[in-house]
Amino acid sequence: MTQASVIKNLNEVRAMIKRHKMDDHIFSIIGIIALMVGLLTLLTLFIDLIYDGSGRINLQFLSDYPSRRAANAGLLSAWVGSTLVMMITFLTAVPMGVAAGLYLEEYAPKNWFSDIIEINVSNLAGVPSIVYGLLALGLFVYGLGLGQSILTAGLTLGLLILPIVIVSTRESIRAIPVAIREAAYAVGATKWQVVYDHVLKYSYGGILTGVIIGMARALGETAPIITIGALTFIAFLPPSPISNVPPYLNFDWLSSGYTVLPIQMFNWLSRPDHAFHVNAAATGAIIIVVTLLMNGYAIRLRYKIRESIKW
Amino acid sequence: MATTTMNEFAATTISPRLAKNIRRNIKERVIEFILMLAALSAVATTVGIVAILLNESLGFFKTVSVVDFFTDTQWTPLFENPHFGIMPLISGTLTTSAVALMVAIPVGTIAAIYLSEFASHKVRETVKPILELLVGVPTVVFGYFALFFVTPILQNMIPTLPGFNMLSAGLVMGIMIIPYICSVAEDAMRAVPMSMREGSYAMGATRFQTALRVVAPAATSGIVAAYILGISRAVGETMVVAVAAGQQPNLTFNPMESAATITAYIVQVALGDLPHGSIGYQSIFAAGLVLMVMTLIFNMLGHWVRKKYRENY
Repeated sequence: MTQASVIKNLNEVRAMIKRHKMDDHIFSIIGIIALMVGLLTLLTLFIDLIYDGSGRINLQFLSDYPSRRAANAGLLSAWVGSTLVMMITFLTAVPMGVAAGLYLEEYAPKNWFSDIIEINVSNLAGVPSIVYGLLALGLFVYGLGLGQSILTAGLTLGLLILPIVIVSTRESIRAIPVAIREAAYAVGATKWQVVYDHVLKYSYGGILTGVIIGMARALGETAPIITIGALTFIAFLPPSPISNVPPYLNFDWLSSGYTVLPIQMFNWLSRPDHAFHVNAAATGAIIIVVTLLMNGYAIRLRYKIRESIKW
Repeated sequence: MATTTMNEFAATTISPRLAKNIRRNIKERVIEFILMLAALSAVATTVGIVAILLNESLGFFKTVSVVDFFTDTQWTPLFENPHFGIMPLISGTLTTSAVALMVAIPVGTIAAIYLSEFASHKVRETVKPILELLVGVPTVVFGYFALFFVTPILQNMIPTLPGFNMLSAGLVMGIMIIPYICSVAEDAMRAVPMSMREGSYAMGATRFQTALRVVAPAATSGIVAAYILGISRAVGETMVVAVAAGQQPNLTFNPMESAATITAYIVQVALGDLPHGSIGYQSIFAAGLVLMVMTLIFNMLGHWVRKKYRENY
């Protein structure tokens, strides 16, 4: 090989290295753009909602009933409905989901039986939410005769977020080292004492994270609630859960008609009159702020737990 | 004398202990049983979904033949002269999903590669939680965005575009799925061990070459699973298409047209007040069954890919 050809080769190699380094830079730029497409579009969406709905975001909006005139219409029945439905959802999904997670992690024998349950849970997480609406329409509304009530809506959303609660319960239980359980057994604790006093206590934060994310999902879920027939024009509040005569609790609200925030928004945005679209935007901004706050808190909690726990 | 004291001793002290043990054991068993019932609720939900969809669909298929259901090109169950061909709804569902995936898969994958292989630790730790946050944005809000923000912009570019169209709904659905695909694919690439990257760098490969030829192939199972889960989400998505794609069943694969999807049809019928047991009422369950089968196929494919092509390091 002559000296000239070596130098020529060297120059080729240098050119190649330069080209490849260029590729790196080009891809970095494309990558940043791709990431920005995802993030900035969503920022645009949020700003668009605030901008469109800014005229209506005030306390009056929260304390008015829906109305035929857009400027007088408000969210009172919707946010009260959402709150009551979420209470039922919480009361069904949390005990059932945590109990199921405990069973699968701590009790279930490793056999076909627990395999079936596991496959079921992971499949349920992938079922489209509207199918839960169909289940509830056939089962709760007509099968059990619960009608188009707050109870039906709460139970439906409870089933919907059950897989989320189960999965997060299992994940946080799995992170607890066996040594903790062994120590408790060694001083004579029964299985339930170990599970209740130790496993459940230490996985509390992780379970809470899953519950909050699930509840945020339930709050924004629209399709199943439409399927089970939420009414879109509700100018009354359900009977109060607390009464002033003994026994001070009143369960009539469970069977009351209702509307929820995302349904109200859907109703307003599907009207032809533009004035109602402003209401829809304002409602959307409120829903998005609440769900983002809930999810943000849950994610922060998760990161904090991940950092603070060192077994 | 000594034996009687022993007996008395046994009678007074051991038996309460035994009794306590028995009580404890019963309590343990009862608790385990209750927990098992809770776990079985997951199975019950699946059984309930399948039973209700099949039961109502069976009533539907007594009136409508299965052949008509899959070959008729019109879906007009609520008309005077009803047609029950599911194909227009399937075409609408597939078209909106295809548009969504054409956005979400390339953008999501590139963003995931960038996050996993190029971005600094600090950028990744900031962006990851934001992505998780965005997965939780309610879909009805995206419907508003599609109808009142994206559609007007598209109409400026394509003047013939109708107010309800599958293009706008699909694009917004795609944007909605980006964080999901990006987050799952990034997790898959992060799981590829560092030593493989180091081996590649040691051979003189650049970051880009390493990402494309070493990390991405090693994480294929996870990345493909992310795509399939994205597809199943797009197919089952309801509010965006119900708001922005239109309500008219239309046998077309042209995204510039307006068409109803399976989910949009269910919403449309549920908003009206159909009598329980009527053919219109049963038709939403038949449509739901088709939707369920479609998503189930994708979900199972996802699990299968993950299992089959999983590389263990």
